[in-house]
Amino acid sequence: MAEDIAKICERTAAGERLSVADALALAEGADLYQLGFAANRVRKSKHPQPLVTYVIDRNINYTDICISACKFCAFFHGPEEEGGYVLSNDELAKKIEETKDLGGTQILLQGGLHPDLPFSFYEEMLRFIKSHDIHIHGFSPPEVCHFAEISGLSIAEVISKLKEAGLDSIPGGGAEILSDRVRGETAPRKCSADRWLEVMGEAHLQGMRTTATMMFGHIETWAERIEHLDRLRTLQDETGGFTAFISWPFQPANTALSTVKCATAHEYLRVLAISRLFLDNFDNLQASWVTQGPKIAQTALFFGANDFGSTMIEENVVAAAGVGFRLSEEEIRKLVETAGFVPRQRLMDYTLV
Amino acid sequence: MITEEIKRAGFGDILARVEAGERLSTDDAVRLYESTDILAIGYMANLVRERLNGDRAYFIYNQHINYSNICSNLCKFCAFGKPAEDEQAYEMSIGEIREKIRERLDEPIVEVHVVGGIHPELPYSYYLEMLRAIKEERPEIHIQGFTGVEIAHLAELSGKGLKKTLEELIEAGLGSIPGGGAEVFSQRIREITCEKKLSGEGWLEVARTAHKLGLKSNATMLYGHIETIEERVDHLARLRELQDETGGFMTFIPLAFHPRNTEMHDLSRSTGIEDLKNIAVARLFLDNFPHIKAYWIMIGAKLAQVALSFGADDVDGTASEEKITQMAGGEAGQFLARNELVRIIKDAGRVPVERDTLYNVIREYV
Repeated sequence: MAEDIAKICERTAAGERLSVADALALAEGADLYQLGFAANRVRKSKHPQPLVTYVIDRNINYTDICISACKFCAFFHGPEEEGGYVLSNDELAKKIEETKDLGGTQILLQGGLHPDLPFSFYEEMLRFIKSHDIHIHGFSPPEVCHFAEISGLSIAEVISKLKEAGLDSIPGGGAEILSDRVRGETAPRKCSADRWLEVMGEAHLQGMRTTATMMFGHIETWAERIEHLDRLRTLQDETGGFTAFISWPFQPANTALSTVKCATAHEYLRVLAISRLFLDNFDNLQASWVTQGPKIAQTALFFGANDFGSTMIEENVVAAAGVGFRLSEEEIRKLVETAGFVPRQRLMDYTLV
Repeated sequence: MITEEIKRAGFGDILARVEAGERLSTDDAVRLYESTDILAIGYMANLVRERLNGDRAYFIYNQHINYSNICSNLCKFCAFGKPAEDEQAYEMSIGEIREKIRERLDEPIVEVHVVGGIHPELPYSYYLEMLRAIKEERPEIHIQGFTGVEIAHLAELSGKGLKKTLEELIEAGLGSIPGGGAEVFSQRIREITCEKKLSGEGWLEVARTAHKLGLKSNATMLYGHIETIEERVDHLARLRELQDETGGFMTFIPLAFHPRNTEMHDLSRSTGIEDLKNIAVARLFLDNFPHIKAYWIMIGAKLAQVALSFGADDVDGTASEEKITQMAGGEAGQFLARNELVRIIKDAGRVPVERDTLYNVIREYV
């Protein structure tokens, strides 16, 4: 077994693609150093320059009212509950201007699946934001599917209209685990794995770049994690439209799954490294400082991550689960530098600023 | 592949020495500190860690008593010490200390960890009474108390010299000495940051005297302020030399400087790589120290867990009521439940071992 693991690691160093069985063998048998050295080598071959990138942006969650009621979410308000909100244009404008003042280049625009707002609301919101001249990275696939349902349009038509209204790229949220068993148990009302991939495939086809995510550490098995990675890799082979992969552990506090124990830092680094080894057609992997904190996020730069994600001037969803890490651009740059890398601001498509 | 990667990082010679069980030189330690290749450094430290301690990861169930924060040293890196007239200044009476011990008699505490400021007025008898009182309330408890700095102060108060003072403290109930107050031994650093504090030589002399009396102790290094790499290595070398002489040290604990609420608050806090490197280099260089501790209260539970693969074999414990890091803005929280500690240790592929102060095994969680 130990010899098999070493051989699998050697093969990744030679640039060979891992099979699902290889990845499962690593998940079961590889230690932290086997994974770390192999992932770091792949990272270095993809990024020979010692750069670590980050984007300056802000999460804008236009509403927290949501009909999906996913068990792992601490952010939403059900439509019948009090206290839900929908942001006004004035509030949006203020947040955008603050972002631009801090050197921000994009808005990460996501919200709940609101039961009553018409599709035109979202088109108008995009036009309004676009009038402030900023990149809009918005509407994860469950939102796009929701828009298709409420408008009666196809996914392709929805994406085309969103693009026309100003949408620049699509964030990889809502992927959770792309396995219908896991989705059935934790988020039955959210779009299926197939639909999630369909949205991304269609967006790529229409020339839009997107990211991909994985939220692990709830009820899924390692086999389901690898299934998730495999489906992403397959779509990426077809379209090449994913810019980056971002994984983070489920944060159980204040959710319906609050008795689940949060995946540890050790597990996070292993998942990150295996993702780096398996996703050979993804250029960029982000470190999740929002869930892991600055120390582990910095360490993640040696386990496959080459990007520090976003400065997240505002973040609400993870914060709702009681996790409160905050980092300024200056702190991110210092973490990158003291790890021996050069920090560089980037855009959504990874061009350097 | 791993061996090749380490050679490529320029550490082939050090790896060979580590694998042969040979001692590293101070030059080796400087080279390791200068590198950011944390996988190579960690891998080598992990070899030593597993050779010395296997898969064991120790923790202790202890109680902290910080009897007073009134301190005449007022070191610049400290947020705990206060002048007597400060509104946050406090001192516990012997009765209050008894009460704190009594409050937790139903918990399986095996150690009371006693540390305080260099109080300008409390008499020598206070300290002897405190030890006796703790022992009266909880006779079976081990008291790990008084850093080298406090011991030297007590010797001054008693006027009886180090050896006699230590003998009296042992007789009153002292079981071992914690590692604090070492900071960085360099005279340059002490003049800038803590000019009133006991010198490095003085600290080492307390440890030497204690070890000769059969008293075990720990050692620390406060890193991440103004010290140079050479000063860190000098510090470690002096500890290693004394350990060769006495064998009385149990554990080395690198302490990350926490700037908030100190006079040095403009410095930034240590990063994860810096924390892991200090643990790993210590494990590699201090070949005669049985244990290296990742003090989770200072570096956070997440990094302490990862540190179990970077040279550390101990994470301290379920410490509650610890005030010294808390005052400096330590964010790790005050309490890790025992089952959570066991979970994170197991998840790191280690075997949780609950220990007493002297590393006798109380329970293995297999």
